[in-house]
Amino acid sequence: MAKLRGRGIAAVNYPTGMNLGGDPSQALIHATTTGNFVVTLSSVDLGQGLRTIMTQITAEVLGIAPEAVMIDTADTDTGPHCMGTFASRTTHRVGNAIIMAATEARKVLLDVAGEELEVAPEDLETDGTGRIVVKGVPGKSISVQDAALAAHFKHGRTISGRGIYLKPRSYPDFETGAMDPDSCQAHACTIAEVEVDTETGDVRVLKLISAYEIGRAINPMMVEQQIVGGSWMGMSHALYETTEPYYPNRAHGPVDFLGYLMPGPADIPEYDAVILERPSTNGPFGAKGIGEMTANSPIPAIANAIFDACGARIDDLPITPEKVLRALDAAALAAQP
Amino acid sequence: MKSSYVSFTLNGEEKELLIEPGRRLVDVLREQCGATGTKNGCGQGSCGACTVHIDGVAMLSCLLPAELVDGSEIVTIEGVVRNRVLHVLQEAFLAQAATQCGFCTAGMIMAAKALLDCDPSPSRQAVIEALSGNVCRCTGYEPIIAAVLAAAATLAKRPAAAAAA
Ligand code: FES
Ligand code: FES
Repeated sequence: MAKLRGRGIAAVNYPTGMNLGGDPSQALIHATTTGNFVVTLSSVDLGQGLRTIMTQITAEVLGIAPEAVMIDTADTDTGPHCMGTFASRTTHRVGNAIIMAATEARKVLLDVAGEELEVAPEDLETDGTGRIVVKGVPGKSISVQDAALAAHFKHGRTISGRGIYLKPRSYPDFETGAMDPDSCQAHACTIAEVEVDTETGDVRVLKLISAYEIGRAINPMMVEQQIVGGSWMGMSHALYETTEPYYPNRAHGPVDFLGYLMPGPADIPEYDAVILERPSTNGPFGAKGIGEMTANSPIPAIANAIFDACGARIDDLPITPEKVLRALDAAALAAQP
Repeated sequence: MKSSYVSFTLNGEEKELLIEPGRRLVDVLREQCGATGTKNGCGQGSCGACTVHIDGVAMLSCLLPAELVDGSEIVTIEGVVRNRVLHVLQEAFLAQAATQCGFCTAGMIMAAKALLDCDPSPSRQAVIEALSGNVCRCTGYEPIIAAVLAAAATLAKRPAAAAAA
């Protein structure tokens, strides 16, 4: 009986978005009289950080401060169309829709500002903090709020923009099978290091080291968050999580959080990640999706590391101590002459 | 059984409330006091999202009948902010990106604050133990552990009077 260490590797190519009946998402933007811009979406922020990413993209394209952007999400009765917050598609689809909407809204904003300042809109630029300035004439400017007020009270105009991004449905070529089901793919590779206790069957993950190629990291800190959180979740799927842990009797299964196993703070490995940026041709600022893939490669990497450590090849998740011990027994039996 | 009057201080403010027998403290805080920073996650003592301080001790408000806190001093996440200034722990959570959906965050901060209040320079192991009753589905825990250790390091650099805050 011993504690054996092993290493495993796994890679993932992950599509951004899905090939449904076409994959559209819309964004609607309008300025309020405060000079704040409301972005109406039907996507949801469930912790992945959609509000932050969409705020960044909106502020960048409109040329205003992030504080002046309000993201309004997820009333599917009244909001614009969104296919859904899944398939790591939101940054790509909704980000592109926002670029389109914000470009349209910016044009109206500069039109109104141009009339107020009596210059051509082409001669204007935004300073990113809430002012619209005549190029080369720093003293001649108008605040975004004053432009918004003027639009409503003097010009009778609405500073707004509509955006939609559509990835059309792709059908396979009957001769070759070739098709274009996704917009781009992100890539990653994870190396897991584990220790297997051959007496108890217990597996400890010591390290999860990953490299991710994700196009453009619109917010590098949040990319890292996704990778670390996803590594944990991958480990959780690999070793812990199931609603059917004890065979053969379902009656012993978990019915609540007390019985549903997940690794806690004492069970976590050392995480590390490298982020490589190779901008995609069609994502907003070159971004691809990273959300879901982060929980994928850790799973086979851990299974491979267990095999490397002790020769137990387990292809049924989660890899519980019982399965490890049974696999070790089977391997020992098979090794007998 | 009849409802009874229960008094306690909530984040320094005196409260006297008519409380139905057996009503959980988490419901009293959220529904009768409007202190919705405290989350009701599992309602059975297994996630830590409802952690509050009762007389300085971190407790699960989903398991406490509110009658039992009569005469106590209760601090929730709302009471951690002083004069609209974030606590060092909250600053550290932001800096270390230790929150994603945020559902666990109030409970994590209350559990961590209870630790730092009695052990201002804890070991990594002590932090892990203090957080072991709190579930996070998003962060992988490492950023949270790092945030608590970073907050402790910040407190260590402050004069003693400020650290007590
Ligand atoms: S809500 Fe109290 S421990 Fe989960
Ligand atoms: S941040 Fe989502 S549960 Fe912890």
